[in-house]
Amino acid sequence: MKINGGKGTAAETESSTPRQCSDFPAGPGIFGHYDPAGYFCEMFGRPGHLATHTSAIVERLGALPLADLRRRYAAAERELLNFGITFTVYSEKGQTDSILPFDVIPRVISALEWRKIETGVEQRVKAINLFLNDVYHRQKIIKDGIIPADLVFTNANYRREMQDFDVPLGSYTQICGVDLVRGDDGEFRVLEDNVRTPSGVSYVIENRHLTRRAFPDLRRHFALRRVSDYGERLIDSLVELAPNGITSPQVVLLSAGTYNSAYFEHVFLAQEVGVPMVEGRDLFVDANHVFMKTINGPQPVHVIYRRIDDACLDPNVFNAESVLGVKGLMSAYQAGNVTLANAVGTGIADDKAIYAYMPQIIRYYLGEEPLLPNVETHVCRDKEGLAYTLAHIKDLVIKPVGASGGYGIIIGPRASHRKLEACRANLRANPQNFISQSLVNLSVCPTLINRRIEPRHVDLRPFVISGRSTWVLPGGLTRVALRKDSLVVNSSQGGGSKDTWVLE
Amino acid sequence: MSNLLARYAESIFWLARYVERADNLARVLDVNETFSHDTKGYSNWESILRLYNDSEVFYKSGRHLSADSVIQFYVIDGTNPGSVLSCLRMARENARTLRPLISTEMWTQLNIFYRSLCARKEADLAEPKLNELCRFIKEGCQTHFGITGETLYRDEGWYFYILGTNLERADQTTRLLDVKYEILLPSPSHVGSALDVSQWNALLRSAAGYHAYRRIHPRGVSPDRVAGFLLLEQHFPRSVAACVCQAAETLVKLRALYRLAAGQGSEARLLAFRNRLTMETISAILARGLHEELDWIQRELIVITDSLGNEFFGCGTASSVA
Repeated sequence: MKINGGKGTAAETESSTPRQCSDFPAGPGIFGHYDPAGYFCEMFGRPGHLATHTSAIVERLGALPLADLRRRYAAAERELLNFGITFTVYSEKGQTDSILPFDVIPRVISALEWRKIETGVEQRVKAINLFLNDVYHRQKIIKDGIIPADLVFTNANYRREMQDFDVPLGSYTQICGVDLVRGDDGEFRVLEDNVRTPSGVSYVIENRHLTRRAFPDLRRHFALRRVSDYGERLIDSLVELAPNGITSPQVVLLSAGTYNSAYFEHVFLAQEVGVPMVEGRDLFVDANHVFMKTINGPQPVHVIYRRIDDACLDPNVFNAESVLGVKGLMSAYQAGNVTLANAVGTGIADDKAIYAYMPQIIRYYLGEEPLLPNVETHVCRDKEGLAYTLAHIKDLVIKPVGASGGYGIIIGPRASHRKLEACRANLRANPQNFISQSLVNLSVCPTLINRRIEPRHVDLRPFVISGRSTWVLPGGLTRVALRKDSLVVNSSQGGGSKDTWVLE
Repeated sequence: MSNLLARYAESIFWLARYVERADNLARVLDVNETFSHDTKGYSNWESILRLYNDSEVFYKSGRHLSADSVIQFYVIDGTNPGSVLSCLRMARENARTLRPLISTEMWTQLNIFYRSLCARKEADLAEPKLNELCRFIKEGCQTHFGITGETLYRDEGWYFYILGTNLERADQTTRLLDVKYEILLPSPSHVGSALDVSQWNALLRSAAGYHAYRRIHPRGVSPDRVAGFLLLEQHFPRSVAACVCQAAETLVKLRALYRLAAGQGSEARLLAFRNRLTMETISAILARGLHEELDWIQRELIVITDSLGNEFFGCGTASSVA
């Protein structure tokens, strides 16, 4: 293994003495040629702060012949295809089932690091929930001048239908995903919040199954926090949300159907949670009550874990063209006869422009310093933010507000001159549509690429379930950018995933 | 109290039907191949096109009649909605819809089965390899039925699955019989000849009924006995009567167990149909004309399917639930 010209071994990673550029023996076995190229490495740390919690894992993994690792990888991939753990890509040539590529080398988080992440995301989700409650009620944070009013009220994700509506338990965001990245300093930072319908949790659980089968010999030796009770936690929190007076509520999962790219996840969750999976066409509303169409006529529905966007929920209120939703659902919701999880209108909180204010939001509601800092962010709607962005565009990442999936992101240091000019023009024309962030050199993780172990950039999305209490699924989804040097981990952009191990 | 979604009931009903259809298609192709070897020059591949009313579509698409082109058309031609590939694609699509309901094993097997059929090259389909191909398809379908029987949780969905299987199987058996009867009957002088006997044996084998038939009729194979066996033999699981009896029992049980108000009309029609078939004799049927009888059975099966669609699925029948 090479770090900035130096070489380390598993044994030496125990020591945290800063490495000079002296020669020291290569990493064990298959890690012999591994070189994180100066990035912070999830497996090995960085010079001066070599990871110690992974040394036993490194030693065991390193001892596996590469051919063996490749064989295990091929078996895992075949299993994904056979199980149909796929997302469907539609093109003129018809449909193809693609798997989210799985890398067999796990990403490992120490118990101590995890504790920091866990409390950090708990704090964040708590603040987000208080923020939503405030925005849809008294709007104190706006009146106190912390958040500009127009940022909220002109935002497409602000739903005026939710104004002054009391959601059960005051809980808006039962299911959240918080995207974390780690830069050269090894510090975790929040890149993005996902409080609408975050996806990916099924891969967390399936990846663990895959690792268990790929490395029956390896897992025995390490005590990992388990991920298998996600379904139980989720159903408990959904049942809590039942409308008043309903003691054994009928919970359903509302999916967009087989053509949705996350269909596998919907199926997976419905099975884990043990509830019927329905589509909009299976439901109807009568006198402000929701029913599903069964072989024995209509049956009442009380809680809907919906995996479709606000805009598609109810053609009477939102997008009239959408066929995914249910006519009259919003009025049944507002009448308190059915609960939607997550609540309607949560998208205001994970908007990229609001994100920039998240540290203030945390301080405002909780009177605490954020445990997980934001990535440094400039809001281009502000004059200073725009000026800074235009001046430093070559060093920044420019992101369109309101977009997702990694689309439309310009990475300054890697963009062509022409692209940067186009971006500048866009910024000047519609500054409110953009934020800019300093480029985080995402940490890397050793990854099996063809016949070599190479560093690839990763992020982390822990999942949070909240209601009466808050629970963070240990670990979360590690996405990995499989293209060399790519910093974009989204599956739509050539990303894969890894099993995430949280050590006991 | 039942809370099975109507859409799921419809999907699982059709899942069963599509796999059953693929299985039978493989049987028809297989038995046809046997016949085409025995009868020199008799281009009976055309009879399959007639059997499924596909002649027009087949020729319109610029194909020429040959063993290989018919086999391709019925096995891997994705544009032919009646091909094995299309049936299995529909079965898989339904299974995808039903993933929350069916066992992982059911889904996995169907997924692998479909994908390995897709991976077959045209060269694998040439007539000399047809036998192996049909065996592969039949085995895949039979494995599906076996896994379903062993792993599918037996609630309402299971009953709809059994209903679908049996209604489709009854329909397919009438088709198998129809085409062979047509080919085999025209020359009464053949009756009892060595050729004739070997063809009836092949027909029985294609319905997996040869040994059972021999046990009941140890001496001699005759068209009317074979027709009687495939239509009316209560103890042969692929006979029309056995399938209809099973379907009727299933529906009665489903409605009673889950106290379903829906399905009254379908039940009445299915019971009447069963009663008529169980009291029938083959000589009476032959006297009236086998073709007409088979036609009537097929129409009756369609009426019952429509009725189930109206009463349970709430949208009339839609054979394509993809």
